[in-house]
Amino acid sequence: MRTFWITALLVLLGTIWPLAGFSNYHLFQLTLVVVYAIAILGQALLTGFNGQISLGHGAFYAIGAYTTAILMSTWNVPYWATLPISAVVCAIVGFLVGLPALRLEGLYLALTTFALAVAVPQVLKYKLFEDWTGGVQGLVIDKPEAPFGLPLSPDQWLYLFTVGIAVVLYIIAWNIVRGRVGRAMMAIRDHAMAAEAMGINLPMVKTSTFALSAMYTGLAGSLGAIAVQFVAPDSFGVFVSIFLFVGLVVGGVASIGGTLIGAAFIEFVPNLSDLVSKAAPGAVYGVILIAVMFLMPAGAGGFLYSMGRKLSRSRSAQTDTSEQAEETAAVSHDPMSGMMSMPASAAFVERPVTSESTGQND
Amino acid sequence: MLAGVLHQIMSGLATGGIYASVALALVMIYQSTHHVNFAQGEMATFSTYVALMFINAGFSYWEALVMAVVLSFIVGVAIERVLMRPLANAPVLASVGVFIGLLLVVNAMSGWFFDYTIKQFPSPFPDHPMLGGYLSGHELGSTGVTLLVLLSVYLFFRHTRLGLAMRAAAHNATSSRLVGIRVGWMLALGWGLAAAIGAVAGCMVAPIVFLDPNMMGGILLYAFAGALLGGIDSPLGSVLGGFAVGVIENLGGAYLVGTELKLTMALVIIVGVLLIKPTGLMGRRVYSRV
Repeated sequence: MRTFWITALLVLLGTIWPLAGFSNYHLFQLTLVVVYAIAILGQALLTGFNGQISLGHGAFYAIGAYTTAILMSTWNVPYWATLPISAVVCAIVGFLVGLPALRLEGLYLALTTFALAVAVPQVLKYKLFEDWTGGVQGLVIDKPEAPFGLPLSPDQWLYLFTVGIAVVLYIIAWNIVRGRVGRAMMAIRDHAMAAEAMGINLPMVKTSTFALSAMYTGLAGSLGAIAVQFVAPDSFGVFVSIFLFVGLVVGGVASIGGTLIGAAFIEFVPNLSDLVSKAAPGAVYGVILIAVMFLMPAGAGGFLYSMGRKLSRSRSAQTDTSEQAEETAAVSHDPMSGMMSMPASAAFVERPVTSESTGQND
Repeated sequence: MLAGVLHQIMSGLATGGIYASVALALVMIYQSTHHVNFAQGEMATFSTYVALMFINAGFSYWEALVMAVVLSFIVGVAIERVLMRPLANAPVLASVGVFIGLLLVVNAMSGWFFDYTIKQFPSPFPDHPMLGGYLSGHELGSTGVTLLVLLSVYLFFRHTRLGLAMRAAAHNATSSRLVGIRVGWMLALGWGLAAAIGAVAGCMVAPIVFLDPNMMGGILLYAFAGALLGGIDSPLGSVLGGFAVGVIENLGGAYLVGTELKLTMALVIIVGVLLIKPTGLMGRRVYSRV
């Protein structure tokens, strides 16, 4: 419960403080962080919690972005109304991709999705779809104004809007992962055959996870397209998929909170290292990816989580013992009692014993 | 019409040779370690840059090629010893992560050292058309070189003690250790050999597609398709698969879908093979115990 309130407070703070104090450009960057976080969350659901490795999530990101852009530019659909459509489209595509993926284990799935990621720009450029996709030129869309006469700049409103959607999506993902379906997903990841023997409908869970994952990443693509106001085939090359994968691994593949760290990483690290050289972002990504794999396989999210657990455990141990010390301090005025209990407490340090018998030792 | 088809098949075979080499490099690493080297293409690109550096320094084409191949071999061995050794029993996700990391690093290094501008790469072969106009001199020459490489790799594995030891190490590490083969070094040699083959492929393809840090991206995809088509655990199959993909790509590009969707064709081949016949044309079916 306490974590819930802390998280809620942090989210509120993270929403209001940038709104009040950030320039439009920084808000735009922050919006993109949230967008990438949603995209990475989608991939985490599939790769981290269900064990299906995807190197091609940039494809779903592109589909979401193009769905929104086409709806907005060709049919003049308002930006918010494109989101549910884009979610449905991406979920269907994800489900369809998930069907053949059922037959592909680990490495082969990674390979196939990698091929998908490489092929995306070519498909987007293809001349048969040019009327809709705008071909190589891509599509330009308008930036939405704040509704209801709210006194916000478009960037501020977009940030608020994106964060709102993200909060909903994170709560849904959190509940799915904690619940029955999430346990089924993880059981399949850890031992598919045992999971099936337990009565889990493996094809159903795997394909729906794929659909859910594609929906998340696709929605991120839609939000990203609205934020950037532009889609073009060459901005959805294989590097998008690779960056999402990097963010996923850096944040922690099976960590919901870690997706935010991963997203911040892929948004800000290139900006910083671009100052050094054009090649630096790739090199930094690569080196950190390898380092994380060797040193911190659970990613930053997993690392922080285990640190937090260690910390809270040692703190709760500390408060316990200090309470005990107080209690015993009250009882044991007699110096003898302390000496008497010494050997006993030394021998049973690990065992939970009542304060009367051990307390003096602390 | 017929002459056109013939022309497409011939030049398909020429590019197929490049795919076959890269596919062979992939399969060599897959066979021994069950890793797919996503960085194979970037490594080959880097080797090609090294060769170009030697050429610019005044060496002849062939000297530069040999030096680049030797250097690639050494770097390949080094990568195996440093990066891949700890991954021997790691989960798939870890190995994929490291390979993607390697891809990014090598790609960035190519750009860093040799910059991102597209460069021309010289060809050692005559410029005029050959074989009755069906192939350019370079296509014919590079196919010859590729076939030579493939043949010598075959002879090496088939008829030398070291080749036998490497095959044994890939096939059954435990038993090989028991008969005194140093399995670790055999795997490292396999990596070196794969890197060297990649270097040759890079130098052969660079005069056609021009040299830039992302040169091998598409080629790697076709090589994947070739390796899967032939069977990812069969070296001979992967070579044939590579040639087949070259021909399919050229014919399909000319008559079926147009050149804009060539990469998508590789995707279709990959998905098709994995769904219809996951072992590929010449691969073995692997059974795993529960």
